Amino acid sequence: MLLIHCPHCGTRPELEFSYGGEAHIARPADPSLVSDDDWASYLYLRSNTKGVHAERWRHVRGCGRFFNALRDTTTDRILVTYKAGEKPPGEAR
Amino acid sequence: MSAWRLPSGGHIDRSRPLRFTFDGRSYTGYAGDTLASALLANGVHLLGRSFKYHRPRGIMTAGPEEPCALVTVRRDEARCTPNLRATQVELHEGLCAYSQNRWPSLAFDVGQIAEWFSALLPAGFYYKTFMWPRSAWHKLYEPLIRRTAGLGKAPKLADPDRYAQQYAHCDVLVVGAGPAGLAAAQEAAARGARVILCDERAHSGGSLLADDRARIDGQTSAEWVDGTMAQLRANPRVRVLQRTTAFGYFPHNLMGLSERLTDHLAAPPPGLARERLWQVRAREVILATGAIEQPLVFPGNDRPGIMLGGAALHYLKHHAVLPGRRVVVATACDSAYRVARALQAAGAQIVQFIDLRPQTDRPALAALRELGISCDGDLRIVGTRGSNRVTGVDIARIDATGAAREQRSIDCDLVLMSGGYVPSVHLFSQSRGRLRYDETLQVFVPGESAERERSAGACRGIAGLADALQDGARAGAAAASAALGTADASAANPAFTVDAAAPTPEPLDVPRASVAMHGPKAFVDFQHDVTLRDLDLAVREGFRSIEHIKRYTTTGMATDQGKTSNLNALHHAARELGQAVPAVGLTTFRMPYTPVTFASFAGQARGELFDPVRRTPMHDWAVQHGAVFEDVGLWKRARYFPRGNEDMHAAVARECRAVREHCGIFDASTLGKVAVVGPDAVEFMNRMYVNEWSKLAVGRSKYGVLLRDDGFVYDDGVVARVAADRFHVTTTTGGAARVLGMMEDYRQTEWADLKVWLTSTTEEWAVIALQGPRARDILAPLVDGLDISAATLPHMGVVEGTLQGVPMLLFRVSFTGELGFEVNVPAAEGAKVIAALHAAGERFGLTPYGTETMHVLRAEKGFIIIGQDTDGTVTPDDVGLAWAIGKNKRDFVGKRALARPSMQQSDRKQLVGLRTRDPHVVLEEGAQIVDTPGQRAPMTLIGHVTSSYASATLGHSIAMAVIAGGRARMGHTLYVPMPGGEIPVEVCSPVFYDPQGARLNV
Repeated sequence: MLLIHCPHCGTRPELEFSYGGEAHIARPADPSLVSDDDWASYLYLRSNTKGVHAERWRHVRGCGRFFNALRDTTTDRILVTYKAGEKPPGEAR
Repeated sequence: MSAWRLPSGGHIDRSRPLRFTFDGRSYTGYAGDTLASALLANGVHLLGRSFKYHRPRGIMTAGPEEPCALVTVRRDEARCTPNLRATQVELHEGLCAYSQNRWPSLAFDVGQIAEWFSALLPAGFYYKTFMWPRSAWHKLYEPLIRRTAGLGKAPKLADPDRYAQQYAHCDVLVVGAGPAGLAAAQEAAARGARVILCDERAHSGGSLLADDRARIDGQTSAEWVDGTMAQLRANPRVRVLQRTTAFGYFPHNLMGLSERLTDHLAAPPPGLARERLWQVRAREVILATGAIEQPLVFPGNDRPGIMLGGAALHYLKHHAVLPGRRVVVATACDSAYRVARALQAAGAQIVQFIDLRPQTDRPALAALRELGISCDGDLRIVGTRGSNRVTGVDIARIDATGAAREQRSIDCDLVLMSGGYVPSVHLFSQSRGRLRYDETLQVFVPGESAERERSAGACRGIAGLADALQDGARAGAAAASAALGTADASAANPAFTVDAAAPTPEPLDVPRASVAMHGPKAFVDFQHDVTLRDLDLAVREGFRSIEHIKRYTTTGMATDQGKTSNLNALHHAARELGQAVPAVGLTTFRMPYTPVTFASFAGQARGELFDPVRRTPMHDWAVQHGAVFEDVGLWKRARYFPRGNEDMHAAVARECRAVREHCGIFDASTLGKVAVVGPDAVEFMNRMYVNEWSKLAVGRSKYGVLLRDDGFVYDDGVVARVAADRFHVTTTTGGAARVLGMMEDYRQTEWADLKVWLTSTTEEWAVIALQGPRARDILAPLVDGLDISAATLPHMGVVEGTLQGVPMLLFRVSFTGELGFEVNVPAAEGAKVIAALHAAGERFGLTPYGTETMHVLRAEKGFIIIGQDTDGTVTPDDVGLAWAIGKNKRDFVGKRALARPSMQQSDRKQLVGLRTRDPHVVLEEGAQIVDTPGQRAPMTLIGHVTSSYASATLGHSIAMAVIAGGRARMGHTLYVPMPGGEIPVEVCSPVFYDPQGARLNV
């Protein structure tokens, strides 16, 4: 079970969180301008990173907020967590 | 004193004899014995039959790595544990153990005929049986293989014992209380760290238990262990867990420990849990898990009486048992010399000592010769003799061409083998640390760590007692510093004065694979009966990856996870493949290190506590009226209310008629409810749902449809606008949590600028549906003067008021097609209100109904149920809900996907109604549909039945189905092929009852 640092509440066990998939995939502002292929990519294509992966978590059994984490998928080590809407801290990459 | 027990020495209590039985025969051992040591003391070597060939097997090891000596220990019919390693079972008065996998008896086992057919059971035979002939599989192979192969049998009764679970935190967790672990724990504790030390044995000391010659700081090893343990136990910051196996290393330094509390007790105190599952979160972990001696591979190396050298030393020194008197020793490393000397000193005769390495001038060999021990060079064991216990070995000189010469037999009653000690890297590997191949030791040792963890002592290849102690102390100091954030402890270098060798990894100066002797029945994996020839066959048949070789031969896949086989198998496979060992790689280590009981994981989550139960505020009302409940998610929902001897069918028919003719009352509290509130609530709803919400007036509601962004229907429900900035959104019962989660996702991460807040109000409201032509007559007198006439409160109207003084949100809605209301009151008032409504309605024929009737009534009207009539691949148009989509909206979740060409094709599966030709035939939900009769498999399937019921109201069965191009097939006859024959059906509208909706608007 991971230990996850919620940027709003502090460090809590994974039981309190739900996983939200890859981070920083913004929904196109005007989907009608997006091609079918690009929309399919938005819906389905993910990076499947081996290594440091930016991903979303939600503190669903706590504050309920979404936030982001950089996690190394080979070791499960979480390098840093940061609030939704923020850019990934560059130095952690 | 039994024949094989020494008169003195060892860590047994000769003043406490213990009686026990094995396969019904009585024996005596002593406190401090394991089942294995006690049986050896009684001269019993035959303990079980092997997995595949039913070969007689004995005790090979003295620890958790034991592959052969698996037994069933039984207290009573329910408390009966199979597959325990006799080497780990502590003896207690009255212990009752049985051998496994034999019939009719251990000494005479019919299954042994499997060995005569062993040529027919090579590696992968199980897979090959899949190939031919097909009919033989069910009739012959499967039942036969299932019966003859295998381990012990699980008890059939429920486990009556209690199992505890506990979380714990510490600065430093030390796994293993051998020399390195003890030194580590002592050093970490001395620096102020909170320490947990666990060890799987009843006694601490690890390898020191078999070492009465070592002197540590002037003390005997036993004195040093006792002194160190006493210090640790006296320290309030230290917790010592014995009989506790660290079985799994999980991310972020979470360790799973299994503590055995009562298995060693003759009469466990009532109420004490049998096992305790610990989940320890440690800042730093020290793995001091030691090393495991490896067997040698030679023909017939599996007979009872053939064991590891270190195991014999353990039985001799720790349990004061001499496992044999005429001993042959074969070794590939130096540690066996010490074993040979110790056995000789204890009165055994070493009749032949064989060092398999090229005979250089080993001083140790000369020392053995001085003791009168025969130790010629270049010898190999080419076979063994004896049925239920080894009686002799055949040895030969192997010349340069590999041919055996000067073969002769030696009588013996014990054969010891030593293939060197291999670091126990299981937990390290589980933690996803990277292993490194050590060319000198020819083993894998821990490389780069993935967790905040360090290995110490033999488990990282450290040789010798002094170095292991030093290494442990250094690890303890470093871990404490890291955990506490204190100064680096690298300066610390505690001194141990040590006078002894130790059973630790040592350099191997010949290739590991070269010491194996080929021939029949040269076992590599003793528990799964995998031989060198099986490995050769796998390589010959083209397997290259060690993962494939493992699965094909099943080597290392038994319950011992290859603790004594993986390395031999790997080295042999590498040689056969002509590759370097690290290039071939090691298979993955997985938890658990040794088997853990299911009950331990379940803990208290059994029976009533298995899952949480959700009951509505009106649950007791439903119980009072005889409801039969069904589980819907965690909810208990009233399914139907039988009267007298009614079965479900009769009850549902009666409830349906009551709703259609008079009125029904239904508990709808489980519906998900979300309050969507804020200045941007309308905008938010417009973006989430397909519907147009801007024009929805306060006091009105609408049927809302929610899609995912892939365009498929996700949820539905009535949404009311209760204020300009406030929506009361209802969801399906099962969808409540995921719908709110999805809304929160968009609100927080896509549209964070919107001023809107979402709150789950599912459990705030009790919801009572009144459905039927008399609904208004029943309700009107109770609502404290509120006007609920058709003019003031039309269909889909919503109004706030009170019901006999209770605050109420009243919906005029219908999921039945009848005049209907849904009364929402605060949850705490639900029981009172439903009783009042029920009482007031009785003279109008008001009848309680359940979910089953609700399903029939809605199906008669063609109303879909999400998850039953939809499956995550249907668009609104597919299920006839295109009308709900707001036509002038720029965007909503799912809109873009609906514009894709594939979402608009005319041959998509569409929701239609089906009528069977025979009105009494009720189709099976999930049944497939074809468009021409008489098709043979494989048929062309064009859709399936999603909902199907007998309709008492209509007098015939009704069904809904999704069918390719369904709406263009109106009036066509299709066919539902079933085992009893094809059922012809006619495609019709899914609205079977009151298609004009006349009954709604009254």
